[in-house]
Amino acid sequence: MIPAPFTYTRAASVDEALELAVQGGEDAKFLAGGHSLLPLMKLRLAVPETLIDIGRIGELSYIAEQDGHIVIGALTSHDAVARSGLLGSELPLLAHAAGQVGDPQVRHRGTIGGSLAHADPAADLPAVILALGATLVTRGASGSREIPAGDFFLDLFETALRPGELLTEIRIPKPHVTGWSYQKFTKRGIDWAIVGVAVQGGSVTLVNMGSTPLRAGAVERAVAAGSELRDAAAHAAEGTSPPDDLNGGRAYREHLARVLVARGLEEARSRS
Amino acid sequence: MKVTLTANGSEVAAEVEDRTLLVHFLRDAAGLTATNVGCDTSSCGACTVLLDGRSVKSCTVLAAQADGGEITTVEGLAAPDGEMHPVQTAFRAEHALQCGFCTPGMVMAVVSLLAENPDPTEDDVRTALEGNLCRCTGYHNIVRAVLAAASGRRPS
Ligand SMILES: Cc1cc2nc3c(=O)[nH]c(=O)nc-3n(C[C@H](O)[C@H](O)[C@H](O)COP(=O)(O)OP(=O)(O)OC[C@H]3O[C@@H](n4cnc5c(N)ncnc54)[C@H](O)[C@@H]3O)c2cc1C
Ligand code: FES
Ligand code: FES
Repeated sequence: MIPAPFTYTRAASVDEALELAVQGGEDAKFLAGGHSLLPLMKLRLAVPETLIDIGRIGELSYIAEQDGHIVIGALTSHDAVARSGLLGSELPLLAHAAGQVGDPQVRHRGTIGGSLAHADPAADLPAVILALGATLVTRGASGSREIPAGDFFLDLFETALRPGELLTEIRIPKPHVTGWSYQKFTKRGIDWAIVGVAVQGGSVTLVNMGSTPLRAGAVERAVAAGSELRDAAAHAAEGTSPPDDLNGGRAYREHLARVLVARGLEEARSRS
Repeated sequence: MKVTLTANGSEVAAEVEDRTLLVHFLRDAAGLTATNVGCDTSSCGACTVLLDGRSVKSCTVLAAQADGGEITTVEGLAAPDGEMHPVQTAFRAEHALQCGFCTPGMVMAVVSLLAENPDPTEDDVRTALEGNLCRCTGYHNIVRAVLAAASGRRPS
């Protein structure tokens, strides 16, 4: 399987990427690690006319501390996120979840920005950055924007990014409450989550329980009101609309969400 | 477009279609046919090679993305005098292959693993090989070979 023909271009800087995007127009797409886009192109589910390879923009690959926040360049690989000492101590939820993405080969190529921009509701990192209250920094032809994670994911594979707009940085406040957990339920090691749960302090989010990553608001409110964790977890499926597919039906996913939220809350408490 | 890369220490340059996948560049332009295409869908790991020292699935990388890079395939592991790489020796000694289809990719995934984690536990090995499927061996001998290769390298 090979993709349909396209024109390959490569950007050496953010400015060049934005310029190429303007030239390429509607049928151009950014290529980061290619581990979501190339499989889609091989299946001809995506047929861009132009690819703008942003994979070598070194200025977008970093993990640093800045004014009480952790900042991560959009082109930082899953592997670098998973192995970062800074993230291991300051944002262990993110480092751990990045280490759960795919397999080592996928983590060597795939990037955090690509995963967020792709916005697959079954992906691990969108729900994690939602739980962490991150802000996404973008650059487009008309300037820079800061988008809260809660406003970034609009629908299945749809984000607030405008055509030609580049996600450049993920900015995450250092959490005040340290307890965290990531629960990923799969049948085989390499798979995407059938359901996943991210917990950071009192923040609880769900993977693959709707068309975007979801906040388990009813659980969060119950925990904040002092409910027993198991009782709070019973609210996990409220307001969700999980997919019904070969990996599991709706009721099965709702059950999984309750079980995994209970495990996640308990593990987070044990770590706080 | 023209793609120039280093494959197993030799420069390879070829004019290819922009959509050429790295695995096809290696097999067809560089003549390095040890690397297999198994699933073609990023799942099986048969096409694993090292790109700048790290394991990648070459069916999911464009040749253009590897332009200027350094590739190592299983053909590039043995020493110039033909002495096999410790991972190859361990695979042979531990019977870590049967039909051999997965082996070129499996060996490269292991070389990358041991570069990142020279002293893995059995659990580390099984997790690190999640992206490499073998239909023959049942994996136990592969895991044994990796542990043997790792311990063979450690000073005792
Ligand atoms: C075998 C396999 C298993 C996987 N398993 C998992 C898993 O378990 N969990 C999981 O979460 N993911 C999984 N993935 C997906 C993986 O995490 C991808 O790496 C990631 O989703 C996309 O990142 P990328 O850098 O490869 O992006 P690309 O594929 O290059 O791009 C994806 C999309 O985002 C756009 N884009 C990329 N970067 C930017 C940017 N900076 N600004 C604006 N737009 C951008 C592209 O135009 C494209 O539309 C798996 C992938 C494979 C092949
Ligand atoms: S052929 Fe590349 S992963 Fe199977
Ligand atoms: S030895 Fe046959 S697939 Fe692994």
